[in-house]
Amino acid sequence: MMVDIFDFYDKMERNNIMLSFKGDITSELLTSILQIMENKLDNMQEEPKIKRKVYNVLVECLQNLYHHMDEIPSIGDGAEAEKKIRSAIFMIGKLDNQYNIITGNYIRSRNVEGLKTRLDEINKLSKEELKDYYKLVLNNGEMSDKGGGGLGMIDIARKTGQKLNYHFQPVDDNYSFFSLNIKIAQ
Amino acid sequence: MEKVIIEGTPKTPTINFDMIVGLLEIKGRSIPENSIEFYKPLVEHLERYAQKPQSNTNVNIQLEYFNTSSSKCILDVFKKLESIHKNGNQIVINWYYEQDDEDMLEAGEDYQAIINVPFKMIEVQE
Repeated sequence: MMVDIFDFYDKMERNNIMLSFKGDITSELLTSILQIMENKLDNMQEEPKIKRKVYNVLVECLQNLYHHMDEIPSIGDGAEAEKKIRSAIFMIGKLDNQYNIITGNYIRSRNVEGLKTRLDEINKLSKEELKDYYKLVLNNGEMSDKGGGGLGMIDIARKTGQKLNYHFQPVDDNYSFFSLNIKIAQ
Repeated sequence: MEKVIIEGTPKTPTINFDMIVGLLEIKGRSIPENSIEFYKPLVEHLERYAQKPQSNTNVNIQLEYFNTSSSKCILDVFKKLESIHKNGNQIVINWYYEQDDEDMLEAGEDYQAIINVPFKMIEVQE
């Protein structure tokens, strides 16, 4: 085994990770994750208000991955190199009375600037401005063929009342790794 | 004129559209990845209904959760209702939200600000 599983476990334990997943994000997987998380939130006897917020934001974060994660060429030679990998990572945990939802996925480097600009624009807006921007995009925006309406990130910022905390890590000439860390305070 | 019933699933709401009495109900959760596909039949039924609507149409929206992808489709449904209302027919959209669910109340108010149809915000006990 190449990974130190105890090290993995220890880090997840210290960050109080409730659920984590790495791999392809399918519709069936989302159904399962949402069901597991709903049961966990019920078992924790979380306040309905917090439970609803966490669930809503979780749906948007996961569906962002589902709609927008880019495939990357696999590492390997010959026939292996022809294959494409669809893979992303997702974690949810609760630390110091706040929920953390962390997602990570590959993105083509040429799309980094555009996404960064959008996120920075959303981060500049006040609560009221976010409400107006949401209504504007809802009413005038076109639905993309991926099914997203460009509303996901605005909705996350609105519901959490916090800035979108993101990071881009260059991977190679063509791809970067985009991570998003969303906090939901009690 | 007929009745349309679509049973709910963990990701899609129950839809009850009774064109004979003029009642449209959407209840449950609406969080499908592909919401256009899900809402397309309803939008088509509404287009047919719009040609010969009842003079009074009651709309009950009682959603526990909905994703942003559904929010566009729900707006499309409301726009169809708006055109029926514009043609001189009475329509009321009853927007139900659970007590303390400010996000759901706000979502209803967002639609109310965009759509020119009377809305009624109704708080229900959890």
